[in-house]
Amino acid sequence: MRTRCVIIGAGHAGLAMSHCLSEYSIDHVVLERGEVGNSWKHERWDSLRLLTPNWLARLPGYCYSGNDPDGYMTMPETVGFIEKYAKVISAPIKLNTTVTSLNTDGSNYKVVTNQGSWQCESVVVASGACNLAHVPAMAESVPSSIAPLTAMQYRNPEQLEAGGVLVVGASATGIQLANEIHQSGRPVTLALGEHVRLPRVYRGKDIQWWMDALGILDERYDEIDDIVRGRNIPSPQLVGTPERSMLDLNTLTAMGVRLRGKLAGINDGKAQFSGSLRNACSLADLKMGRLLNTIDEWVAENNLDGEVDPPQHYAPTEVEESPPLMMDFVKDGIKTILWATGYYPDYSWLNIPVLDRKGKIRHDGGVVDSAGMYLMGMTLLRRRKSSFIHGAGDDARDLSAHLVSYLNGNVKPD
Amino acid sequence: MSSTNPVVNNGVNVEALLGARAALTETPAAAAFKWRATCKWVNGTHSHSTVKSFFGLGEEQSHRTEYSFDADHPEIFASEDNGATPVEMVLVGLASCLTAGVAAVAQHRGIQLNSVSATLEAGMDIQGILGIDSDVRNGFDGIKVHYDIDADASEEDLKALVAQSQKRSAVFDIVANPTNVTVDVN
Repeated sequence: MRTRCVIIGAGHAGLAMSHCLSEYSIDHVVLERGEVGNSWKHERWDSLRLLTPNWLARLPGYCYSGNDPDGYMTMPETVGFIEKYAKVISAPIKLNTTVTSLNTDGSNYKVVTNQGSWQCESVVVASGACNLAHVPAMAESVPSSIAPLTAMQYRNPEQLEAGGVLVVGASATGIQLANEIHQSGRPVTLALGEHVRLPRVYRGKDIQWWMDALGILDERYDEIDDIVRGRNIPSPQLVGTPERSMLDLNTLTAMGVRLRGKLAGINDGKAQFSGSLRNACSLADLKMGRLLNTIDEWVAENNLDGEVDPPQHYAPTEVEESPPLMMDFVKDGIKTILWATGYYPDYSWLNIPVLDRKGKIRHDGGVVDSAGMYLMGMTLLRRRKSSFIHGAGDDARDLSAHLVSYLNGNVKPD
Repeated sequence: MSSTNPVVNNGVNVEALLGARAALTETPAAAAFKWRATCKWVNGTHSHSTVKSFFGLGEEQSHRTEYSFDADHPEIFASEDNGATPVEMVLVGLASCLTAGVAAVAQHRGIQLNSVSATLEAGMDIQGILGIDSDVRNGFDGIKVHYDIDADASEEDLKALVAQSQKRSAVFDIVANPTNVTVDVN
């Protein structure tokens, strides 16, 4: 089969790109290994809701129109939203079509799938940033009596044996899972390194409202001091709940979760934690303080002090005097270790030498280091909002324009 | 947050450090360093250590001159006190690493330092090293570092400076995290 462009993945990013290409009347196809929004549908835990409020759910040519703009979509709602979008934009999707290899001869691409192959001039990789769970090498040393589980495999607490759980990692994933597992009666120990602390609501507005209003998430990848670091920042400690409640380390400590330093090693059935917990918490407290100051300054500059709630202050993250550096899995009653240590994309099908030494695609704001190839939906791809649903629109507009000029022969390969 | 403020001078060549960082990102093999020390027993608990050569940037390197350190134990341990105790040297290593980091980060952030001093204290229950109680570890039960910094920056900026220095410090990492140690003989 022949087409001008193949988009790999029918999530929000691939579909946003499809919509933009349709507006340029570029013949293309969207290949989807499973169903629309497959990752959201099949690879997340039951209680997960989006970290962004509904009013921010906007894609090119489509936005949220329900009656709960301040709420957060559940996963079925998110999938429904993306499915509806696919219908509204009449995306040319081939479902249940798994890409098994992608090759290029330097001018054309060949996409091989379990449903036949496509020849095309350009290709957009929108297969997601979170296909596989990252688990550190030390996982091999976990005692065999402890059940290992990744955040990708986790669905709900009932899946876990009764008893203690060591949750490793404190991004949005880690703190959400620590919270619900601990509340299920399985005492949680949470091992954490650097993290991002944020209030859910500040001065009466969702933190995402402030980020949007101040244009913080519009900051471009080429304006950022240290882009490598920026792209590795863990997701903020947020949860979307109907109560719009804040879930931070102090909330977890108050309910009895034990905080420990970053998991540094496992030896002889014992977990070793880093002595850097206090500094990891200080870094996050200071960073949150700087953001809230920026918001307060913006409010003052725009004379909005009377229109929003007064500034709020948050207690520094509580760290016990001498957090233990060692934990015996058996003696401490740990039955499960849950790795919430990040995700990474699966490029096992990619046969074009565009990966860096860390296995990530080399790109300049989504323009991949192989003429006619593009990347979508990664953290800080072109903007701070690139990995959010509402970030896909601007990226798709920029990259589709680049792609079209490439197809028209106006972009010379390096 | 800028390295271009010409007024700030903490004696740190940030441009050179950033240049090295960029170069080493391109050639990660050159970033593989080996640090070395030699130690000779003198008498009793007294030893004499030296450092001179190291490996880095793909080749053998050398300090400008050889540096030496005498270590011993104080007289209350029935020793001659010919030098600092090894555990004090660990504190010296931590303090000097964090302080170098404070200066480098301050330079990068455009903060002029007027004075920086650190005071360190580490607790140790010597029942561990004496083998009295096997539940007591040999090493420190904790280290407290206090900084007094006089600089043209807010208190929040100074806290952030000290936090960033810890985040980037080699000795902080060595002290705070486990490291495999292999010792052989002859």
